[in-house]
Formats: sequence, structure tokens, C-alpha cells
Amino acid sequence: MATVLPAAAPAPAIATAARGTTVLRAAACCVFFVAAGVLLPKWLTFLLTMAAANGLVSLGIVVLMRGGVVSFGQGLVFAAGGYAAALLFNKWGFHDLLGLALAGGVVAMLVAAPFAPLLSRYRGIFFAMLTLALSMVAYGLLMKLQVLGGSDGFNLGRPTLLGWALPDERVGYVLYSVTVTVATLMALLARIYFDSTRGLLTLAVRENELRVEYLGGSVRQAVAINFVLAAFCGGLGGALAAVALGHIEPNFSFWTTSGEFVFVAILAGWQSVVAVFVASAILELVRSFSSAYFPNTWQLALGIFLLVVIRFLPRGIGALWVKGVAR
Amino acid sequence: MTPVLQAIGVNKKFDAVVAAADINITIEAGERVSLIGSNGAGKTTFVNMITGYLKPDLGQIELDGNDITRLEPRAITRLGVARSFQIPQLFGELTVLENMLVATACHEARLSFWQPARRRSAMDRAQSLLERFALQEQRDRRVAELPGGVRKLLDIAMSLTAAPKLLLLDEPTSGVSADEKFPMMETIMGALDQERATTVLFVEHDMDIVQAYASRVIAFYSGRIIADAAPQAALANDDVRRYVTGELLSE
Repeated sequence: MATVLPAAAPAPAIATAARGTTVLRAAACCVFFVAAGVLLPKWLTFLLTMAAANGLVSLGIVVLMRGGVVSFGQGLVFAAGGYAAALLFNKWGFHDLLGLALAGGVVAMLVAAPFAPLLSRYRGIFFAMLTLALSMVAYGLLMKLQVLGGSDGFNLGRPTLLGWALPDERVGYVLYSVTVTVATLMALLARIYFDSTRGLLTLAVRENELRVEYLGGSVRQAVAINFVLAAFCGGLGGALAAVALGHIEPNFSFWTTSGEFVFVAILAGWQSVVAVFVASAILELVRSFSSAYFPNTWQLALGIFLLVVIRFLPRGIGALWVKGVAR
Repeated sequence: MTPVLQAIGVNKKFDAVVAAADINITIEAGERVSLIGSNGAGKTTFVNMITGYLKPDLGQIELDGNDITRLEPRAITRLGVARSFQIPQLFGELTVLENMLVATACHEARLSFWQPARRRSAMDRAQSLLERFALQEQRDRRVAELPGGVRKLLDIAMSLTAAPKLLLLDEPTSGVSADEKFPMMETIMGALDQERATTVLFVEHDMDIVQAYASRVIAFYSGRIIADAAPQAALANDDVRRYVTGELLSE
């Protein structure tokens, strides 16, 4: 069996140099989008802002997917982040965009953390349904709580950036630039995590839990950590989306919202972090064009698109440019 | 000197089936012990009780003089008991090297979110074990596409990453063709010779392999130990010939 293969080439180690390249690429990508934003029409910068914010939530699902579970309830952390940012803005008068985003992520993490040990015992459909149930409980609560605006939600005003009051004509562009920058940074951190020792352990958990335990690794801990990390991503996305929309409502936690995040994660596949944001942008484009041209059947277009991707690219659109199987 | 492993009065029943009846075994450091017996004799139950997968109804199991009877499998693994599996338990979509990297990572005290899995130090450790098991040529292949014998070797190589005190091999040569068995055991035992601190307990059906590689043989029959001696003596025992090797017809 050994003779059929050529002698093994030197092992491809990820040296500091390789990581440097990744960081440079991310920086270049970020600069490109921020620069391009000056030329883009307003509707498109807004669409890309939403794509980046929602993409962050789907990035969290990809973190979970690599460990073999899918959450159908990321609307919960999306809403937690959104409401946290909106409440900070309205009730505490804290207006800084970056601070609001960070607060959204942290609050979502705190909301998710108590459930992480429980959820880490479940897999497959049970994990998916439990997360869905949690998000729908949150939806029900948010609908009833008049303090939080009930079913209508409430509006929030225009944020500031590091003490700088944003002028009317700039606010859209600044929101876009900050969201894209945050998304790039999170994508970069996700890539570093995926390539780390713990990231590799997550893949092993997906492949064979029994063996991980018999090697001395903790499967539940791995799943719980991923759930909390996914919550941070989701909360960040929720806060940025709420600020960009200037509005927050219980629908953030509704199951169709969660479904869209899963849709994007499946479309993207688990191999590429860039694919998550490409998929998220595709969803936003299809949504806005279809609802303009065939408003009643736009989900149909989306469904057919997903079918085609699953049929021809079962590993998601990330498989178009990522070689190799697992990573 | 404290024995590596001590089983004291271990009993285990599955309903009416007796899988372990008052088992007393003491294993000293450096021994190569082979567990033999027909199917259902209680060999695998014994192995599963050592790893914590099953709990004895009665009795105690000690590792280095410490009671491990009630510990979880992961805790026992971390104390230095490693096992391989009769049907290799691997990470199919990962490459051979990545399987080894997972194995080395699992017993690190703190797993890193930041350091690359493929950093030089981790790669070197994995690589040296792969070389010992003559697996370096398969390094970048996906495990799911490997032939059975290679998967068996990888399974054992992975269980050695922690430099365990006690290594349990569950039928290391099962599912391997007859003419590959000896070369394979040569590779395994050759690799183990470099781990002098490791005591080995292996379940085996092939008596030629037992004779060649064990320093001591323990024979099981319906949950009892019917012989515990050097290979020559154990295989000459009447009960062993009757119930295990089938050389004497049982009445």
C-alpha cells in the first residue's frame, strides 16, 4: 500500500509567516470594502451592512457546525444583542457604535452561557429543537413585555463613533464601514480559531465523540464553548443590525429569522469564513431583488437557489475555493 | 513496588450472565499480558471496567495504588490508561496527521484557541510516532480511504501519544489477513519497545501471536480466571486446552 504513493512532501506547517499572510489578506479586504463604499450607491451600502451584520450570526452557526451541531435558535442571541444595544442607547444614553456592538456581543454571551452546559448534552435534531425552543420563549417574552415595546419594539437614534457625532450624509457610510471592519475582524479571529488546536478538536468531535473522550478530551466542553462563542458573534451582529435599522422588535428572535441564519450557514459551508459573508450578501441581494420584482414568491427563488447549491456543492460555496476536505 | 494495575474481587453481572466472577489480578510494570478466552468469556468486560466504561457491581480497581473504580473514562485516561479499539475509532474526514494532532492535543492541560494546531512542536511529536508505526507515507491521506491494517496501526499509534502507563489493546490483529498479522505485531511491539514505561494488556485470539509476544497469559472462561501463568504453561493447562483453544474436547 505504501508503494502507490510518492514520498511524502515536507509537512505543511502553519508558521507565523502563513498567519501573517492571512492577516494581510483580511486587512486588504477590509480596506477594499471601506474604500469601495465611497463609490457605492446608498441602497447597496445598506444592503452590505445588513449582510455583514447577519453574516456574523451565521458565522456563529458555522462555529457550531464544525463541531457537528446546528442551532435553529440563533435569533435568541441576535435579539439579545439587538435589545442590549437598543436599551443601552435609549435608557442609559450610551451612544458609541463600537461600545454598543461590543455590549451586544457580551450580553448575548451572558444570555447563552447558562444554557451551554445543558445544550452540550444534545446532538442533531434535539440540539436544533432545544435552541429553537429557547429562541421562541424569548420571542414570546419580548412580545408581552411592554417595557421593551411589546410586539412593536422601539426605535433608537443615531450613534456616535469614538466621540464623533455622525453628520446626516455620512451616517450610512460610517455604519457600513464599521460593520464591515468588525465583520472582517471576527472572520479573521474565526479563521485563527479554526486553525488552532481547539479548532481541530472541534472537527474531531464532529467525527467521533467516543474517541475524543478516550483520548482524554472533553466533548461537552468543546460544544459548550462553541455555543458561547457563537452567541458572541450573534450578539455582535444583532447590535450592529439594530443600530443600522434604527429599530428593534421581537421578530429578531422569531424562528424564520433563525432559519435565515441557518440558510446562510448551509449555503456557505463550514470550510471558509469568507463564504459566510458571500452567502449572506447573496441572501440579501436575492431578497431585495425578488421582493421588488416578484414580491409574493421570493422565498421560492431562495428555495430553488438552496436546492441547486446543496445538489452541486454539498460542502457549500466555500468548497469553490477551499481545497481539501475537512478544513 | 506498587503494581501498575490491581483488580480486587471484581464482580460484574449482566442480568443472569456472569461477566466477571471474583476477578483478582495484579499486573506489574513492564509486563506484556495477553488476555485470552472464547467469545463472551469476559475479556472485553474486564478491559471496559478498567477504562471506566463499565462499573463493577462489586470490587475495586486500582491504578498505581489509587482507586479508579468510580472514575469517568476521561479521568481514567488522564491518569495514564490508554486503549485502542477492536474496530478502529478514528476521525474519518481528517488526515492521518490530523488524527495524530488531535490525539496529542487531547491530553494537553490547556488547549489553545490561538496557537496553530499545525505548529512545529506538535507536528514533530506526531511525526515521530507516525514514523515508528511506518505510517509517514500515509500522512496526508484522509483516514476514511485507508485500508484496514493501516487504520488499526493508526488507532494504536494514537493511543500512545500520551505515553500511557498502561496500554490496553483490544484484539490488535483482528480483521487483518493471516500473513499480515506477524508483521503487524512486529511493528506494534517494536514501537512499544521504545516506550519502556508502558505496560501492555492485549486481548488476542491467535495463540501463535500470544506465544510470541506475551510475557504472561491470563485465560478467561465464563467470567472466571482459569489460568494465569507464563505463555508456555498457560497454553498447556488442561482447562485452557478444553475451553479456550479447543484442543481437548469438553464433555
